Amino acid sequence: MVSTSAVRVLAALAGAEFRRYVTYRQATLAGAFTNTVFGFMRCYVLLSVAAATGQAAGYTSAQLVTFVWVGQGLFAVVNYWGQQELPERVRTGQVVSDLLRPVDLMAGFLAADTGRAAHAMLTRFVVPVVAGLLFFDFYFPTHAWTYVLFLVSTAAGVLVCSACRYLVALTSFWLLDIRGALMVWVVASGVGSGLYFPLPVLPDWVVTVLWVGTPFPALMQAPLDVLVERGGTGHGLVLIAGQVTWLVVAVGVGRVVQRRALRRLVLQGG
Amino acid sequence: MANAYFRLLAAQVRSQTQYRLSFALDLGFSTVLTSLDLVTLWVLFAVNDNLGGFGGKDVLLMVGIAAISFPIADLVVGNTEKLRFYVRSGLFDAVLLRPLSALGQLVAMDFAPRRVGRVVQGTAIYVVALAVAPVQWSAPVALLVVLAPLAGAVFFAAIFVAGATVAFWWIDSGEISNAFTYGGKDVAAYPMTVFGGLFRRVFAYGLGFAFVSYLPALAMLGKSDPLGTLDWLRWCSPLTSLIVATLAGLFWRSGVRHYRSTGS
Repeated sequence: MVSTSAVRVLAALAGAEFRRYVTYRQATLAGAFTNTVFGFMRCYVLLSVAAATGQAAGYTSAQLVTFVWVGQGLFAVVNYWGQQELPERVRTGQVVSDLLRPVDLMAGFLAADTGRAAHAMLTRFVVPVVAGLLFFDFYFPTHAWTYVLFLVSTAAGVLVCSACRYLVALTSFWLLDIRGALMVWVVASGVGSGLYFPLPVLPDWVVTVLWVGTPFPALMQAPLDVLVERGGTGHGLVLIAGQVTWLVVAVGVGRVVQRRALRRLVLQGG
Repeated sequence: MANAYFRLLAAQVRSQTQYRLSFALDLGFSTVLTSLDLVTLWVLFAVNDNLGGFGGKDVLLMVGIAAISFPIADLVVGNTEKLRFYVRSGLFDAVLLRPLSALGQLVAMDFAPRRVGRVVQGTAIYVVALAVAPVQWSAPVALLVVLAPLAGAVFFAAIFVAGATVAFWWIDSGEISNAFTYGGKDVAAYPMTVFGGLFRRVFAYGLGFAFVSYLPALAMLGKSDPLGTLDWLRWCSPLTSLIVATLAGLFWRSGVRHYRSTGS
């Protein structure tokens, strides 16, 4: 059972990470700028695809606009490709000082990432969405509760992504140099999550395989589908249930792999 | 002197191929990453079979030019992205002390052999595009077919160097240059008719990304730009690349002069 003191420690870790990102003002601004530029590009491309018939793969033009711009905002919140410190600490052996702390490695990782995500939600999420609102016509949810479901789904997406990235980082215990594993993750998470294009433009069977067989749609496609109310509230609730399932799976696998990784840990250097 | 660069390069290649499995995965998947552009395009075309008023074969040619020129630039100078680490840590001092060109050293010090795969793949895409698209072959077109990817590579190289140079003033600017390098690559691969408003004016014509592959591709296809660009401008991508490269070079020089080390 998780004790209250453990929760306090994790909350402190999250808070520290939040404050750390508050100090990276230049990087936050630069990142938001880049997301905005990509937002323009992807939005125009998708609108061009939908131009002939007014819709693409069941999304209206307005839904596509919301999908792209909110997606660009979420891309920074759900931390796909951010720098990872853990692999470098494993390579240098510094990870031993992490292990001496009375905080579980994985719990600490997830807590810190939550603090980072909260900061991103307040900064990097806002800039592209506001830019998009200024230049394009958004689809706004028809039900007020959709906004709440969107926040829940986003939180689930952040956690699934953290758990998956933790698994990628754990490969460093075996590979030492994780650039290869990271590249696999970058490719798979980018295509499979709806970052490049909404998944329903793919053939139906591919979409089904992605939703059922991989955690990737849980990262971004799920919260965005919830927000544009694709398939209504009932479908949205199913998506969130799916995200929670993937979270449980990812955390479970992470625990097993972590136990094995720590057992085979050999410290580098002296 | 060339020998010194060669040794730096060889050392990089040796060190990065030490972790063999990781290198193999990295090489393989960074090559796959390039084909994602193609997959994206194919997926989008499957929806309506039209993109900004152009058919699939026409757009494939535009993608082809971008797909070969960007990886060449990325292979040669893509690692100048690392400049900000040298500026932040003060390691750039060491670079300036050595009797070699600072830019040349940056290129050699972080050379990434895994990027070779993307050049090979981009070349394959370009060759297929040339075979499939209705290119109006003639002597000038043949010359452009050779020159356009090289001009595009010079263009992207200039963008990489200019983006890295910003780090002399603004250390955490890395993501901003991504907007123009990786973002620019994506913009260049699509017909400019897809984009609209201020974005098109700034990116396509203001910064010149239309010259990388859209305008040369139109010249090869014997089509005029529906957006009204004068026909002779379609042949000017080598010229615009030279201009952009010159500007980037001047910017780099002023950046180096501005460098003041870290003081710690």
